[in-house]
Amino acid sequence: MKISIKLGLSVLSVLSALLFAQHALANAAVHLDKAPIDASNHESLQRGARTFVNNCLNCHSANYMRYNRLLAIGLTEKQIKDNLLFAGEKVGDTMKVALNPEEAKKWFGVAPPDLSVEVRARGADWVYSYMRAFYRDETSTTGWGNCVFDPVSCKVSMPHVLYQLQGEQIMNHETHQLELSKPGKLAPAEYDALVGDLTNFLAFMAEPAKQQRNHLGWIVLLFLSVLLVLTYKLKKAYWKDIH
Amino acid sequence: MTNKTNTDAKPVAGSIFSQGLDWVDARFPLSSNIKAHLTEYYAPKNLNFWYFFGGLSLLVLVLQILTGIFLTMHYKPDAMLAFASVEYIMRDVPWGWLLRYMHSTGASMFFVVVYMHMFRGIIYGSYRTPRELIWLFGVGIFLCLMGEAFFGYLLPWGQMSYWGAQVIVNLFSAIPFVGPDVSEWLRGDYLVSDATLNRFFAFHVIALPFVLVGLVAAHIIALHEVGSNNPDGIEIKKLKDKKTGIPLDGIPFHPYYTVKDIVGVVVFLMVFSTIIFFAPEMGGYFLEANNFVPANPLVTPAHIAPVWYFTPYYSILRAVPPFPGVGFLGIPPSLFPGVAAMGLSVLVFALLPWLDKSPVKSIRYRGRLYKQWLAAFVVSFIVLGYLGTEPSNVWGQFGPWLGNAERATVVARIFMLVYFAFFILMPWYTKKDKTLAVPDRVTG
Repeated sequence: MKISIKLGLSVLSVLSALLFAQHALANAAVHLDKAPIDASNHESLQRGARTFVNNCLNCHSANYMRYNRLLAIGLTEKQIKDNLLFAGEKVGDTMKVALNPEEAKKWFGVAPPDLSVEVRARGADWVYSYMRAFYRDETSTTGWGNCVFDPVSCKVSMPHVLYQLQGEQIMNHETHQLELSKPGKLAPAEYDALVGDLTNFLAFMAEPAKQQRNHLGWIVLLFLSVLLVLTYKLKKAYWKDIH
Repeated sequence: MTNKTNTDAKPVAGSIFSQGLDWVDARFPLSSNIKAHLTEYYAPKNLNFWYFFGGLSLLVLVLQILTGIFLTMHYKPDAMLAFASVEYIMRDVPWGWLLRYMHSTGASMFFVVVYMHMFRGIIYGSYRTPRELIWLFGVGIFLCLMGEAFFGYLLPWGQMSYWGAQVIVNLFSAIPFVGPDVSEWLRGDYLVSDATLNRFFAFHVIALPFVLVGLVAAHIIALHEVGSNNPDGIEIKKLKDKKTGIPLDGIPFHPYYTVKDIVGVVVFLMVFSTIIFFAPEMGGYFLEANNFVPANPLVTPAHIAPVWYFTPYYSILRAVPPFPGVGFLGIPPSLFPGVAAMGLSVLVFALLPWLDKSPVKSIRYRGRLYKQWLAAFVVSFIVLGYLGTEPSNVWGQFGPWLGNAERATVVARIFMLVYFAFFILMPWYTKKDKTLAVPDRVTG
């Protein structure tokens, strides 16, 4: 018994040491702001969908996402048709772009990636931080830098598409903080909210079944809990004579 | 109440059910097999928590096969289509997301229950005489399972799938003389490609499942031949009721252990469902974030790590220094020592029945020495497993006094030595260990 307690304690202490080490490492990487993700906020998701379709969906496809999936965030088929379909697509189509990847590679150095599962690959916090971290960098080919994309070089192939909304930031090289040098159409808080909605939508798009999954999970667990009580009583009844 | 109530286990003679059973029994040993493997298979009455995991392994195997059948209906084993077909399953196939998460979570949970099952075998000496063959079949199942996991992991065709397969297949090229040819033969190409994906798919859905199911059958047949071990490590067949010939400490598997195992199954399903419905990625340990990026042969990820269940062995691979080569004999440098050590770290489990020289089987009657070695082994397995998920510079470097060596690599080397010492020194410390007297009857 003593040995097993000792064993348990030593395993625990090793594990906790490992967890702390991992934590320290995560903090050493670039700081990411927490994205305001709320899958139940349909208005936020709808605003995000609009921002995505108007701004991102010109270069970035979402090839696995069908327009009629937006029914799940409270839009009607007519609303989808009237507001989000511009090029004769059908509501059952996936979100494709006309941009030729070969040419895009020539223009940007890299073809813009498909964004269907971007949040699952990089995390919502990354997307939220990335879209707010562009700053003016005259040394880069696009005129923009972004230290979330590449913490070492701060180079990024994508120009700042939303700069009219956010305005222009510059990097203060002494404090390593971004400062707004030219205000945009939106106040900083409004821009953060816009990117928050966009990130919320990208998170929804990355796994449209997530809400159904979480909802079903509670029902399954409730069923299994009842089953656990019944099966445990059954076991006790059968085993009452075994000593 | 004119109808006869049928409370007896045997169907009423002359009933339609009993006539049907007689008809089958005259042509197939149905009743006799039910007796031999369920109603008159006597298992020790003191089987505890650790004995749930064999049955649970079987449950997960069945779940993997069933979900796999339906995934195969929608999955496309084609480098151009594979990634998209997985997303198609996740979005457009009715309940496809559930099938896929059951299968991906099932892969990790398979290793969880099998590792628990193996640990049970180790602490209660279930590999000892007369159960050596059960253990060997089990090691075969474990190897097969590793193959299944490895081949299956390529199928989603994400970055981790691709580069994980690239790294593992390249390991074979470190084998002296034949290595490069072997790895090219496995890949079917000079690099992981569509040809590789197609053959891995064939191995994953046909070849290995056949072998796996065959080995599981052999594992269970061998078990039922010699009977189950128990937490006391006592042979219950030694003391039988003189009249009936039934072991005094034995109870029929059905109904006692079937009703008990159902409770275990429900608890397992609660854990399983919690992961599937609320955390199918398990923080990146079951589904890695980088695998949501489609495979790209031109972009190598900064950090390639196998899924958690392979990481103890992967750590050993990385920890062993390469062979520097002998210049004047024309022997080139080689990574083979690491590859060999990794292979041995898995295969060495097969030797346990012959390494353990203790007069007792169960940890309950073993002395301090064995328990300390086992504790050291468990700690080293966990530490190696953790280090395998991280880059080797995760803890930084030692100072110049240790040649600026990476701390994590040095730690991995120390724990690797402990890992192998547990096996190599076992004949010595199990003989020297002060054991307790084993009782005649099980102690509950």
